[in-house]
Amino acid sequence: MTTFFSRSPFAGFMGGKKRMPDGVWIKCDGCNQAIYRNELDENRQVCPMCGHHYRISARRRIEIVVDEGSFAETHTDIRSADPLQFKVGKETYAQRIERAREASGIDEALLTGFAAIEGQRAVIGAMDAQFIMASMGSAVGERFCRAAADAIADRLCFVCFAASGGARMQEGILALMQMAKTVDSIRQMNEAGVPFISVLTDATTGGVYASFASLGDVTLAEPGANIGFAGKRLIEGALKVKIPEGFQTSEYQYKNGFIDRIVDRAELRPTLAKLIQYLTPAT
Amino acid sequence: MAERKSGHSGAVETILPFERHLLELEDKIRSSDSEEERVKLERELQKERESVYPNLSAWQRVQLARHAMRPRMLDYTSRIFDDVFELHGDRALGDDAAMVTGIARFQGRTVMIVGQQKGVSTEEKVSRNFGMAHPEGYRKARRLFKMAERLRLPVISFVDTPAAHPGIEAEQHGQGPAIAQSILQCLNTRTPTMAAVLGEGGSGGALAIAVCDYVAMFEYAIYVICPPERCAEILWRDVEKKDMAASALRVTAGDLQDLGVIDAVMPEPGGGAHRNPDAAAQVLATEIDRFLLGCQQGRWNIERRRRKFQRMGVWYEELANVREAVD
Ligand SMILES: [Zn+2]
Repeated sequence: MTTFFSRSPFAGFMGGKKRMPDGVWIKCDGCNQAIYRNELDENRQVCPMCGHHYRISARRRIEIVVDEGSFAETHTDIRSADPLQFKVGKETYAQRIERAREASGIDEALLTGFAAIEGQRAVIGAMDAQFIMASMGSAVGERFCRAAADAIADRLCFVCFAASGGARMQEGILALMQMAKTVDSIRQMNEAGVPFISVLTDATTGGVYASFASLGDVTLAEPGANIGFAGKRLIEGALKVKIPEGFQTSEYQYKNGFIDRIVDRAELRPTLAKLIQYLTPAT
Repeated sequence: MAERKSGHSGAVETILPFERHLLELEDKIRSSDSEEERVKLERELQKERESVYPNLSAWQRVQLARHAMRPRMLDYTSRIFDDVFELHGDRALGDDAAMVTGIARFQGRTVMIVGQQKGVSTEEKVSRNFGMAHPEGYRKARRLFKMAERLRLPVISFVDTPAAHPGIEAEQHGQGPAIAQSILQCLNTRTPTMAAVLGEGGSGGALAIAVCDYVAMFEYAIYVICPPERCAEILWRDVEKKDMAASALRVTAGDLQDLGVIDAVMPEPGGGAHRNPDAAAQVLATEIDRFLLGCQQGRWNIERRRRKFQRMGVWYEELANVREAVD
C-alpha cells in the first residue's frame, strides 16, 4: 500500500478494536482464520477466505474506486471551527480536531472531489471513520453541500460513500442543523435532476443515516455493514432485550426495502461506472 | 426529586429541589387570611423567583424542560384552538399516537397542526410512547405537511420529544429514512410553517418536524443534539458528568437564539410553564398570532426558509474562497 494516499500501511484501518494488528499474519474478524496481510491489501481489505469487508479510510476508498490520478480534491480549505468553545477535561475541541487530523492524515471526516470511474466523470464524497467516528459537524455539512453544488453546476452524478457515527457532539445543535442543511442540498439536486448515489459503508448511523445518506436516488451498500438510526447498545439499553442476529446489517436493510443493491467492494467500480453512465443527465 | 400523587388529570406531581421553597411560599399565600401578609409573601415569592430562575444550571434547566408537570402539546392546543379535528394514520402502516396531526381553528382561520404528545397520566405516557415517534409518526407528519401544501394552509408544529424511538421495529420500518424524508418534506412545503419547541427538542426526532419558517422556543425548553446524559457517557465516559455535558452542549433557548438556530424565545410565567399553563398558552397563542399575521403580510417564503437552514453552522474557510452572502 505504498501509494501516495496512505501515510502508513495501517492508515487504512479504523482505530479501536477494528484496528489491524501488526505482523505479517492477522486473524480475520470474520472467519478467525489466519490471513496474510499482503493478500488482504491486494484484495482491497476484504478477507479472501470469508469476504469480510474491513473498514477503510476515505483515501483508500477513493484509491480503490476511482481511476488512477483522476481525483481532484475540492473544498479542502473548509475546516472545523469551535463555535461552542467545547472542552472535555483539558482537551478543547480544536485540540481534538488536531488529534483526529494526526490519526487520520486528513483534515475533515468528509473528503470531496471530482473524479472519473472507468472514465465516467462524477463528484465523489468519502467519509472517514478515523476522523472522530466520521461524525458530521459544520465543516462536513458545508463540504457536502459544496460538493452537491459542484455536481449541479457541472451536471454530474454525486456519489457519496457514507460512514458515520452520527452528528458531531462537540458542535452541539449546530451539528444537528447539518441534517437540515445537507437534506436541502439533496432537494437542490432533486430539483436540478442531478442524480445522487448513496453508498452506505460500515458503519452508517445516527444523524447521517437520518439525513442525506438515506436520500439517494440509488442506494448501495457494502456487505455486512452496520446501517441504522439508533445504536444497537442504545436499543438494548432502552428495551432490555437481546438484539436479533443480523440486525441493522446491509442485508437486513436490503430485505426491509431500504437498499437497492449490496455490492462487493471489488464490484463497486464497474457498478458505479454503469450507474453514472446510465444516470448522468444529458447536457 | 419528590413525588406525590395528585388528583389532577392523573399526573404525578413532581417537585424539583429548587422549586420546593417557592412552592412552600405559594402554599402559604394560598392559606393566608391576611391581605397584608399575602402581599408581603407575593413580593417575597417574586424576589425568590428572580434569584433562583436566572441562575439555574444547565442541568437544572434540562430538568425543567423535562418536568413531569410541564404542559404537553394537547394542553396547549386545547387552550389555544377553538376546535381541533384530529387526523390519524400514515396511510401505509399504522397510526402513531406519539405524533398528533390535525386540522385546527384559530380565531376563525384554519391551520394544520402536527407535534409530539408525551402524555400526562402514566397510561397516556405509555400509549403515546413518551412522545417518541416511530417511522409511522414521521410519515404521518409528512402526510400532514403535504396536505397543508395542497390545501394552502399554514402549518404549526409542536416539538416535544426526548428522541425518535430507538427500537427494533422502528429500525425495521426505516426510522432513519423516515426522519430524512420528513426533513425533506419540511423543506418542500410551499405554505408557511412555524415550529414551537415546548419542552424537549430531542435531536433528529425533533428536527424532523422543526425545519420551519419561524421557530419559537419556550424559555425553559431545551433543544439538543443528544441527551446530555448520553453525551456525558460518550465524551466524558461518565454519565454523572451530565451537568458538564448540558452546559457544554449549549441547550437553552437563549443559547440557541445566540447560535442563530431559532427565531424567538417565548417567555414563560414565573416558575415555568407548569406553574401557570393558561399563561403559557397565552404566550404561545400570541406567537401563533404573530406568525399568522406574517403569513398575511407575505413575510414567510420558502426560499427564505431554505436559505436559513443552508447557512447554519460555523466553520473556517480561506477568505479567498468565501462566496458572497446573498440575502
Ligand atoms: Zn475472513
